[in-house]
Amino acid sequence: MTRTDLVVSAPVGIVRQKAGWDDWVMRAGLVVLGLYLAITIVLPLWSMLSKSLEDHSGAFVGLANYSAYASNPVLVRSILNSLTVAGVTTAITLALAFVYAYGLTRSRMPGRGLFRAVAMIPLLAPSLLPAISLIYLFGNQGVIRDWLMGWSVYGPIGIVMGEVFYTFPHALMILTTALAVADQRLYEAADCLGATRFRRFMTVTLPGARYGLVSAGFVVFTLVMTDFGVPKVIGGSYDVLATDVYKQVVGQQNFQMGAVVSAVLLIPAILAFAVDRIIQRRQVSQLGGRAVSFRPSAEPLRDWTLFAVCAAVALVLLAMLGMAGFASLVKFWPYNLELGLRHYSFDLMDGGGWGSYWNSLKMASWTAVIGTAVIFTGAWMIEKSRGAGPLRTACHLLAMLPMAVPGLVLGLAYIFFFNPAGNPLSFLYGTLAILVMNSIAHFYTVSHLTAVTALKQIDPEFESVSASLKIPAYTTFLRVTVPVCLPAILGISIYLFINAMTTVSGVVFLYSPDTTLASIAVLNMDDAGDIAPAAAMAMMIVYTSAAVKLIHATATGGLLRVTQRWRAR
Amino acid sequence: MTDAEPYLRLERITKSFGPFQALKDVSLEIFRGEFVCFLGPSGCGKTTLLRAIAGLDVQTSGRIEQGGRDVSDLPASARDFGIVFQSYALFPNLTVARNVGYGLESRKIPRDERTRRVADLLELVGLPDAGPKFPGQLSGGQQQRVALARALAIGPGLLLLDEPLSALDARVRQRLRTEIVRLHRRLGVTTIMVTHDQEEALTMADRIVVMNQGGIEQVGTPLTIYRHPASRFVADFIGHMNFIPALTAGPGRVRVGALELETGELDDLPPGTPVTLGVRPEDIQVRDIGGHAANVFSAHVGELEFLGGIWRAALTERSMGAGPALELRADLSSNAVRDLDVARGAELMVAVPPERIRVFVQGASP
Repeated sequence: MTRTDLVVSAPVGIVRQKAGWDDWVMRAGLVVLGLYLAITIVLPLWSMLSKSLEDHSGAFVGLANYSAYASNPVLVRSILNSLTVAGVTTAITLALAFVYAYGLTRSRMPGRGLFRAVAMIPLLAPSLLPAISLIYLFGNQGVIRDWLMGWSVYGPIGIVMGEVFYTFPHALMILTTALAVADQRLYEAADCLGATRFRRFMTVTLPGARYGLVSAGFVVFTLVMTDFGVPKVIGGSYDVLATDVYKQVVGQQNFQMGAVVSAVLLIPAILAFAVDRIIQRRQVSQLGGRAVSFRPSAEPLRDWTLFAVCAAVALVLLAMLGMAGFASLVKFWPYNLELGLRHYSFDLMDGGGWGSYWNSLKMASWTAVIGTAVIFTGAWMIEKSRGAGPLRTACHLLAMLPMAVPGLVLGLAYIFFFNPAGNPLSFLYGTLAILVMNSIAHFYTVSHLTAVTALKQIDPEFESVSASLKIPAYTTFLRVTVPVCLPAILGISIYLFINAMTTVSGVVFLYSPDTTLASIAVLNMDDAGDIAPAAAMAMMIVYTSAAVKLIHATATGGLLRVTQRWRAR
Repeated sequence: MTDAEPYLRLERITKSFGPFQALKDVSLEIFRGEFVCFLGPSGCGKTTLLRAIAGLDVQTSGRIEQGGRDVSDLPASARDFGIVFQSYALFPNLTVARNVGYGLESRKIPRDERTRRVADLLELVGLPDAGPKFPGQLSGGQQQRVALARALAIGPGLLLLDEPLSALDARVRQRLRTEIVRLHRRLGVTTIMVTHDQEEALTMADRIVVMNQGGIEQVGTPLTIYRHPASRFVADFIGHMNFIPALTAGPGRVRVGALELETGELDDLPPGTPVTLGVRPEDIQVRDIGGHAANVFSAHVGELEFLGGIWRAALTERSMGAGPALELRADLSSNAVRDLDVARGAELMVAVPPERIRVFVQGASP
């Protein structure tokens, strides 16, 4: 090539970079991820929504089902009922969780670590458990039924109590995060300006936590709207949207109406999702880089008052758990209070016996292993691949979608999508695999965001460096990114495991006689009147979740010591 | 040390992000073995240009040729360069030795050969014992040397340094500066360094490329850039300079108010053309002003700033009568200040050597 050649051939057009081997691998990976998310999330939802526009024979009827729904006073009353319990629960949970979070983050009361741990207990149990405990506490033969002064626990009162238990840790996590980031300087400024404590609270503390409060409020509201476990067990004749879906589908085999109710259930969830996204965006600017982190000073009066409130809440949480644990061991409630393991002989009851427990264990393990691999690799490809912008954006949006889809809705959508014989994937129906798929999809978003956060924290130039060293990006992914993100990866896997273990709503439509799960067994045994065995199985789930969490914590510690030696200075 | 053929040739590089043009029609030639600095304020496009050369963020249009090969549209992995980032981007979970040897692992180089190469490289950057340590156990300066060793390990034809010293404290920065230059002399690898620090560029580079708002303002040796800044921007960005509005008054003469000055360079501009004069503070003479010296006038001493080795004096020339006063900053040596009794409020005879006056035509200055 001569010099003149080069000058003559100089291009003026737009340069399109050739993709390297790496880029092709990543893009292929993204396409596979996109297809996977489409199959496990978008297409099922699509078939559910189109089902809601069809009649029994499958003909398109437009909004006829919706108008039938709107003219059915029984079904419409469920909306009001759902809104009522969700509203009341939100108010109570927010108040309690705020005080509790305030105690954890803004006081020097003793036992904060213990309180924090106790508050997480409800996460280890299916939402059926608090309802079962409430039956033992306030039911017809309940220990303290007099405390309700003649009111029945079967109905809104029981639902609200159960939901407060179930949603408490979710609200607490958001509020502790919101309250944990505070700028000491603002408080010092308020003090210097002579603000009273009340004024300081109203002008500094509350505004700082307002996004957290709104976000927590929406999360709780949506959880209650879409929870199925508590109202199923203790709702009595008080119908809510979630139980309506179940009744329409399982009771009356009216899939179209089930789809309509599901579509209605999507509304609060999507709303909550949208609000949360907006808040997330605003939250960013809250704390400048120069903020001084808040350190509460000792104030005995405040600290002990908060201690008393937190202790009361923690005791109630422990009591709810303890009640179920105790009831599962009692021979014959309330007549023979001798203890024994009789109710743990699940093979003697309906509901799948111990087999369903082992199924749950298997399902949760697969969900954790496959889910973590798919989600983390997926997040990495979305974050770090070069070019292919629209594909990455599409994948990210698909990954965010499950947050707005209640488990019950997703489960029903799976029926509509996977059940028809025409779908080449229908062989999955009734297998453990579909339960795993469903669970991964159901809990995708939180795991994805955890992965993205971890990936954003590592140096953005790892991939650039490997490109310059001619090392494929996936080699660096395996040798550097994964080890560096190990804590987050383990966190994702434990989150998936425990959620897969405790979920009811996601899988209630999808199990087959061969794949009954522990949480489903709780539901079915309770349905059959075997409340003590139901309590026993619920406790098995709690024990398992707790044990796995404990093993995880110890193992993580050990593993981190071995593999994260580099973290030590 | 330069070949006739440039090693790296950039032709009409542009880069746009939507409506924003980060690089505007940049052309540049870099020769084999050169140490070139891209210097400019933040947002001037210097890092964008570096990343385009690396293929990390491809240019919108334009051509890049490296070692006679058109690499314009090649992915980074198909180009020949080593890179060091401001953040070091060391792999925190790998030991220093494995970091340095990272690029050698896929090259089918026998293990003992690899170990030897890594040891040599660590020796080269002055960290012979750091091999088994993790990056987190090293200081910032040491980490940056490891990053340098890692980039050099694969024997790249081009070494790219993206603000490699900015994250370090002043003392370490200074030491590493000389070490990089020493290393460059020893290895002779063509090197491009991006920096916003003029001192870094002046001390390290064979040639400096001054950039502003996506374009190249001037390319030249440090001395040329400093002595003969091509534009008011360059003059202002590098070192200090007094800017004085003036009018041309015939060949080699300008008028500042009532004062007429001789200048070394003045193209054939018609008399009365508005221009800006540039005079570096250290070029203003206060000693040995002979009777025949040009551009001599008396100035009033205002504020005196003590800068350690030198004093910076604010001078005002008041002979202009009705016109605005001529304000000058002058750097005076401590000796001069002592010997001449320079003090606030004193009058001082100063001279501005004609060859030290830069003339910027007003319309051309940004």
